[in-house]
Amino acid sequence: MSEGSNRNQSLIIAVIAIGFIFTVRLFYLQIIDKSYVEFANANSKKILTIHPNRGLVYDRNNKLIAFNDNFYDLMISYPFNLKNFDTLGFCEILRITKPNFIKRLKKADKTVYKGSAVFYKNLEQNKYAALQERMYEYERFYIDIKTDRKYKTTSGAHILGYIGEISQKQLEAQDEENYYSKGDFIGLTGIEKYYEKELRGLKGEEVILVDSRGRQKGNYSKGKYDKQPIAGLKVSTTLDLTLQEYAEKLMQNKMGSVVAIEPSTGEILTLVSSPGYNPDDLSIRNKRKNYGKLLLDPTKPLFNRAVTAAYPPGSVFKLLNGLIGLQEEVIYPETTFPCYRGFSIGRLHVNCHPHPPNLDLRGSVANSCNAYYCNTFREILENPKYKSTREAYIKWKDYMLQFGLAAKLGSDINFESKGNIPSPEFYDKMHNGKWGFSRLISLSIGQGEILITPLQMANVISAIANRGYYYTPHCIRKVDDKPAIPQKFREKHKIKIDRQHFEAVVEGMAMTLINGTAARTGIEGIEICGKTGTVQNPHGKNHAVFMCFAPKDNPKIAIACIVENAGYGATWAAPVANLLIEKYINKDTVSSKPEMEKRLFEAYILPKPKPLDATRIKFLKDSTTKATKDSIEKKKKENKNNTTGNMPLNRDMVLNEREEDY
Amino acid sequence: MREKKIIDTNTFDWPIILIYVVMVLFGWFNIYSASWNESTGSIFDLNKNYGKQFLFICISAFIAIFWLFLDYKVFNLFSYGVYGVLVGLVISVFVLGKEVAGNKNWIPIGSFNLQPAEFAKYGVSLALAKFLGTPDARLKDKITLRIALAIFLLPMALILIQKDTGSALVFLSFSLVLYREGLSGIWFVMALCAIIIFILTLYFGSVWVSGIFAAVAFLLYLLSSRRKYLTWPFLLVTIAVVGFSFSINLITDNILKDHQKKRILVTFGLLEDLKKEGYNVHQSKIAIGSGGLIGKGFLQGTQTKLRYVPEQHTDFIFCTIGEEWGWIGSTIIMILFVTLIARVYYLAERQKNRYNRIYAYCVGSILFFHFIINIGMTIGLVPVIGIPLPFFSYGGSSLIGFTVLLFTLIRLDATRSTEMSTLKDMY
Repeated sequence: MSEGSNRNQSLIIAVIAIGFIFTVRLFYLQIIDKSYVEFANANSKKILTIHPNRGLVYDRNNKLIAFNDNFYDLMISYPFNLKNFDTLGFCEILRITKPNFIKRLKKADKTVYKGSAVFYKNLEQNKYAALQERMYEYERFYIDIKTDRKYKTTSGAHILGYIGEISQKQLEAQDEENYYSKGDFIGLTGIEKYYEKELRGLKGEEVILVDSRGRQKGNYSKGKYDKQPIAGLKVSTTLDLTLQEYAEKLMQNKMGSVVAIEPSTGEILTLVSSPGYNPDDLSIRNKRKNYGKLLLDPTKPLFNRAVTAAYPPGSVFKLLNGLIGLQEEVIYPETTFPCYRGFSIGRLHVNCHPHPPNLDLRGSVANSCNAYYCNTFREILENPKYKSTREAYIKWKDYMLQFGLAAKLGSDINFESKGNIPSPEFYDKMHNGKWGFSRLISLSIGQGEILITPLQMANVISAIANRGYYYTPHCIRKVDDKPAIPQKFREKHKIKIDRQHFEAVVEGMAMTLINGTAARTGIEGIEICGKTGTVQNPHGKNHAVFMCFAPKDNPKIAIACIVENAGYGATWAAPVANLLIEKYINKDTVSSKPEMEKRLFEAYILPKPKPLDATRIKFLKDSTTKATKDSIEKKKKENKNNTTGNMPLNRDMVLNEREEDY
Repeated sequence: MREKKIIDTNTFDWPIILIYVVMVLFGWFNIYSASWNESTGSIFDLNKNYGKQFLFICISAFIAIFWLFLDYKVFNLFSYGVYGVLVGLVISVFVLGKEVAGNKNWIPIGSFNLQPAEFAKYGVSLALAKFLGTPDARLKDKITLRIALAIFLLPMALILIQKDTGSALVFLSFSLVLYREGLSGIWFVMALCAIIIFILTLYFGSVWVSGIFAAVAFLLYLLSSRRKYLTWPFLLVTIAVVGFSFSINLITDNILKDHQKKRILVTFGLLEDLKKEGYNVHQSKIAIGSGGLIGKGFLQGTQTKLRYVPEQHTDFIFCTIGEEWGWIGSTIIMILFVTLIARVYYLAERQKNRYNRIYAYCVGSILFFHFIINIGMTIGLVPVIGIPLPFFSYGGSSLIGFTVLLFTLIRLDATRSTEMSTLKDMY
């Protein structure tokens, strides 16, 4: 073979070799190395999230409470190459200065997330309109539509709760589903938090193509991969909006709370914590403006007294002692105890107010005789059935637990407190192991170490109205118009006290409104059963307490009402509760007791507002941080030593717990 | 005796024609796809690249057919004339040239631009074939070699002055022709060594490369049994290598332009410059790499549609193929090119006539060079050098140039069989 054809062969081999190398290289680029596919996606596809409409919130009568309202964030997409950008015109539309523009740009640069950053939050309507027209000029910018909450009412804030931007902590703690991303809104408190999953809906996606200069070039594959958002479900609450609004009006300028429950279901009809706030104050757009103010307000409007504050219950507690006495057979409805303007044991004396003599159980309830219940409680604790007072106390406490006291009820309202019924160990410690009835005497009339939240109180009265059982109070009624409420709200909690005993106590409660402590506050035509309470308060004026239900047979509504530092329960709490009952049962728009109503509307029983000077703000801030630290330490201790449990709660501590919940 | 036709179509090399048609049409579709967007109208729209390409294809087809029916003696006869005219055209760019993107290598003709560099290759091929085709031309003869070199180095130099480095480098492909015609292979070995030393120096620096080479050379020298005869060769080679290695920085810093240097560094992974000099290759690799096995489908490529790859309808047309037709499509293109070039070399070797053979080698080598550089750069194996992919890239000059180049070969090749049949007829 000639040299020439040899060389020809080597050239042909070279051609084939190069072709082979290229093919192998292509195999590597196209099939083995997957990174190029990712690069390509990152290059050209951009996923726009479409936020779904949050579920609407209704009241029990299908009245709309919360709905959605759009607002607009001006976003800038990365990279911020603003060549040939009409900065001046742009600034003019937004009415910002050039230095401000640069400042915003720098801030955006630091907060880029998934290829874009917020440039201007919550565009004003006129700026939005002006911008929308010229948006095509500003290639790097786009407008992100978000939805905020709006309300048909100014009431019910504590039940409704509010939404807000998800925190870093929540983002990191979310489950595998990884639904949320930075900047998303999430229910932070109230129903918004508890029923977040039902309300949030499902985010949609739009896959769009972006060219090499970042311009949007329409939907990818004609929208084949787009996902329509699914709106959140409609959530119907158990609230009666009319009643709620009326209750808030009755409680205006007073500190305290009202909880109304439908006994047969445990549905919360009304839950007021006063002073409260307008739910609109904490919408996404208004929160920044109002949150600090509300937090520093000395009347603590953010604090949900109805479930978080715990008080000694006062005289209303006598109902429970009476019931336990009957069940333990240490007293009978006909039992009478003498009352010598009070009750004495040793050097201790419990006062009583003037009332007819020789009261039986019914009369003692109606007239709220202190001596009667001191005697009853003594009989309970010194019951020969039990080996010791301690054992009898444990039995007594067991009844209390059955009523849902000293533990969180587990409702769907957040920041619930446990309240407190002291453990025998607590008294062991306090009295060096030696204690008897005389040490516990204040418990007979609902004072002392016991603490009950208004919600627990309402639950107790609801159980009494039911004559021996209750459903966990809740504020969810229907989801998506289906009665699909959590199972735990459909479970009957029975109390081991016979029905006839309840009947005896209820008789007395009915008398309260006729010729007892709350006479003259009743509503004609409605058989209300109630019990007044006036709670001694070492820090100031007594708290007024009233709990009641109506009608006597087949009760429709049970209410607990507390007005702090107001005075007598019959003067302040009973009228509120009774007017609410009238409203609820008669559905009247005009009350039959206009003077009583007027007196309540006009009453001002709030501590004098102290102007918030710098030192006070500092004090509040310091105490908050200190309190948080303290409560964390306390929790640690509790975890270490669970047996001591049931530490006495006071309001400050409860407050701390709540701060921590934030 | 059969009736004798002037032209017997059976003598044409149909495989090459078939590959040509497939490539040109497929290239056209890809140019359409690369320029496509939602509002794209007819593929024949003359205001758009793909419409113009259709026009060029028509012109090419016309020329191709015309060429096939030309008398083959014409080529031989006018070889030098064509060379002269085409080189003259290159020179005329200095006067008539229109500046595009800072470079002046186009002659405007109406709304079209003529790129003489694309045609100069043809002239060189003809002239080289004519010169080396004379029976007494021997490359061993120094004067012959110099003239042969001058034939292609002259237009190359002119084009280099016009700053069209890519087109100029193509002329180096003629050295493969010289190799076939007897130029010593040692030059190619040396060139290869130089490239290897160049790359190694870029990676490890001149000190290491020189040091290790000197040490290995010294070791080999000591182990060698005929040491005393080899002292000087070893010494000279070592000095040459060390000298070359140390001068590389000088070359890259002073002779190459900054962007050229960067492109080289990017290719060897020594520089990450995804924004500027490395952008093309990076985006090109993304487009091709994202194609996967079967590609995204015709008109479905996102990277090319959204203009991520610059020059996607001209030099980077292969990106569209890689993205939309995947590895399978790309491999078919590789097979087509390898078959075409190998076929041309095969035809070259079977020519009875020196003129034809040398011309065929010219064609094969030009195609081969374009193939290596163009595909190599799109897949990041070769530094970015802007030359078109034959028959695929958009551009009238390039398409017509290659058509003329290829169909001249087919016409010449056809004479081989006519000559043979004539011989048969005689007996």
